[in-house]
Amino acid sequence: MAKILMKGNEAVAEAAIRSGCRLYFAYPITPQSELIEYMARMMPKVNGTFLQAESEVSAINMVYGAAGCGKRVMTSSSSPGISLKMEGISYIAGAQLPAVIVNVQRGGPGLGDIQPAQGDYFQATKGGGHGDYRLIVMAPASVQEFADMASEAFDLADKYRNPVMILADGMLGQMMEPVEFKPAKTDEEIADMWRQHDSWCICPNEDGDKKHHHEINSLEIDPQVLEKHVNNIYKKYAEIEKNELHFEEYNLSDDNEILCVAWGTASRVVKSAINELTKTGKSVGLIRPINVWPYPYEAIAKAIGPKVKKVYVFELNTGQMLDDVKIAVKGKVPVDFWGKVGGIVFTPAEIKEKLEACF
Amino acid sequence: MEKIAYRPESLTKTPFTYCPGCLHGIAHRLIAEAIEEQGLTNKMTGVAPVGCSVFAYKFFNFDMAQAAHGRAPAVATGMKRSRPDMHVFTYQGDGDLAAIGTAEIVHAANRGERISVFFVNNAIYGMTGGQMAPTTLPEMKTTTSPYGRKTDDIGFPIRVSELLATLVAPYYIERVSLLSPTDIIKAKKVVSKAIQYNKEGRGFTFVELISTCPTNWGLDPIKSRDWAKDNMLPFFKPGCFRDKGEGVE
Amino acid sequence: MTTELICAGFGGQGVLTIGKFLAKAGMKEGKNVSWLPSYGPEMRGGTANVSTVVSDEAIASPIVSFPDILVALNQPSIDKFAASIRAGGILIYNSDMCPHGCKREDISIIKAPMVEIAKEIGNQMVLNMLAIGIIIGKTDIIRYETMEDDLTSFMKSKNPELLELNLKAIKRGIEIGKQ
Repeated sequence: MAKILMKGNEAVAEAAIRSGCRLYFAYPITPQSELIEYMARMMPKVNGTFLQAESEVSAINMVYGAAGCGKRVMTSSSSPGISLKMEGISYIAGAQLPAVIVNVQRGGPGLGDIQPAQGDYFQATKGGGHGDYRLIVMAPASVQEFADMASEAFDLADKYRNPVMILADGMLGQMMEPVEFKPAKTDEEIADMWRQHDSWCICPNEDGDKKHHHEINSLEIDPQVLEKHVNNIYKKYAEIEKNELHFEEYNLSDDNEILCVAWGTASRVVKSAINELTKTGKSVGLIRPINVWPYPYEAIAKAIGPKVKKVYVFELNTGQMLDDVKIAVKGKVPVDFWGKVGGIVFTPAEIKEKLEACF
Repeated sequence: MEKIAYRPESLTKTPFTYCPGCLHGIAHRLIAEAIEEQGLTNKMTGVAPVGCSVFAYKFFNFDMAQAAHGRAPAVATGMKRSRPDMHVFTYQGDGDLAAIGTAEIVHAANRGERISVFFVNNAIYGMTGGQMAPTTLPEMKTTTSPYGRKTDDIGFPIRVSELLATLVAPYYIERVSLLSPTDIIKAKKVVSKAIQYNKEGRGFTFVELISTCPTNWGLDPIKSRDWAKDNMLPFFKPGCFRDKGEGVE
Repeated sequence: MTTELICAGFGGQGVLTIGKFLAKAGMKEGKNVSWLPSYGPEMRGGTANVSTVVSDEAIASPIVSFPDILVALNQPSIDKFAASIRAGGILIYNSDMCPHGCKREDISIIKAPMVEIAKEIGNQMVLNMLAIGIIIGKTDIIRYETMEDDLTSFMKSKNPELLELNLKAIKRGIEIGKQ
């Protein structure tokens, strides 16, 4: 298929539909409006459901209902809206339902602004909603990756029966880049995927031995039962931590004097700075976590080459992934951080200056 | 020998866990009977709320979901939209539906979601121990209105059926009481009608059931019913507010 | 080779479209491209700008801090971005709306009364194609034929007259760019 020049917001929506997403519930918010608008245009063309909900809270609960029926369902929003969805996300995780949530992050806290930011890292990777649960969190750095992650996210959500978040930002949502889509799943393939959930989801019943009573539920009033339930979910998370580590190594070599760690949009700017420094003979490597939960702690530890004198973390926040990098580095070398907030994206020149000062 | 009383197949064998004298059991039974009578047991699904009927998902003998507080109409929307071949209802109390879930019920009704909502109104929060509800009557004492509900401070009880009847989309809205055998027979007819309209895919159907809470009202079951008759029914008057099937607009 | 552009002007002048057509043409020629707009309230009547990168290599950052080319359709755009043009870079500006121009001497400057020329061609809307023409005339980041194919593919049946005006504007721009 030929490449199409497309905004990230539209590309992820198109990819979701191609992956068999047939229900989408959301509430308008900048800078993800193109996503909800694309779904409004395209869902009717595939006999899917598009519904503009009365609130973010309702949208995520509609997702809970549809996911409980075993269908591929998605919602999207931007930071303040994601905060409102957190209650529902906790329920979806507790009830072990597959669902995909896209967060096109903007500046915060509060109403913040509408420019790109990475201030929802803690919320996405460390909780956000109440209780012991985890989201699989994927962090794209290009429009192509944003689109590719839609289908991966649905596959992972189905595989582990757990909500998956794609943690993008305003830049990835608004930016156009060439994107190539995978072939769309056929109606038969989609029907097959749905039927795989018939053993647990809400579906029509039968009489006699085949009669079922499936409960879509996160309530376990007996502490002993809830303990067992949470422990089972955590066994699943241990599997995810083993199987779903995903990261990119960029310019890693034994000559690296600095190792950078950056994710999403920030990583692209860092790459530009590294390219510039390479021209002047300064060796800097980069680890880019592609999934930010589970987190590639070991990969970061291994990437610290013999000459590395500092690990430098760059984020569009005040240092949220920084904690994870420190856990990975275990004090072996100093860890430094520089970030921008307020929805301002740092420039390659600024990163280059920060890195040059280390040599 | 003809069997004239039996447990409907659309209820599981799990015993109800409600307080003595509570009317939730009757409400459950009416819904279950209506579902069974119309041959819908295998195509039915429902959403339990947060409140005393939080365990309703255990009692109905088909697939059920349990929703976050107030969100049942949104969850039911997602379910109905993804499985249009199934019939969906929510079962909600007054705190769930008329306080924390006001937006969800109003908008589900306004969209004309093809679901049935059974709204049990007993003017109090039962599960959490008798706090003031949006339907608590003026001067009524609860644990969070210990000096009586002061309407100049916290407003008047919300008449949800009347409120929803201002919307264009709902197909059927009726308020009935569960306070006497005669009322229960009438309630059964209304519940059956809602389920029938649901079966026929006519639109949004809403049944408000006036109920009691002997435990938190501090009255025995009989006195509770008398109190509700004297105090609730004058404010929450039974009646049909919308029935497009019968030309009531 | 990597070319980084900023197109800037008043919202509604079509600056985002200039960047979009350049990016699309670059993509059709097999290059890597990115298009990153300013967004938000500024887009309604204020200044709008878009960063476009066309490159033979993978594009690391789509954010353009030091453009090789600045297309400025109004004076505030020159005031905001001209100082950051790389030495040896290009400034293309609309002299109809940039009364003070630009004083830099280490860059090539192409000025043209774009609004007037567009009106002369027959429709003020073709101003953006005129700007693209100037870029094609001055540089080799994209080819005229790619633009012609692209515009033809979606305009020929719907609005053949506007297609002709657009192609005319690009050609006129190329002449200006070559001078």
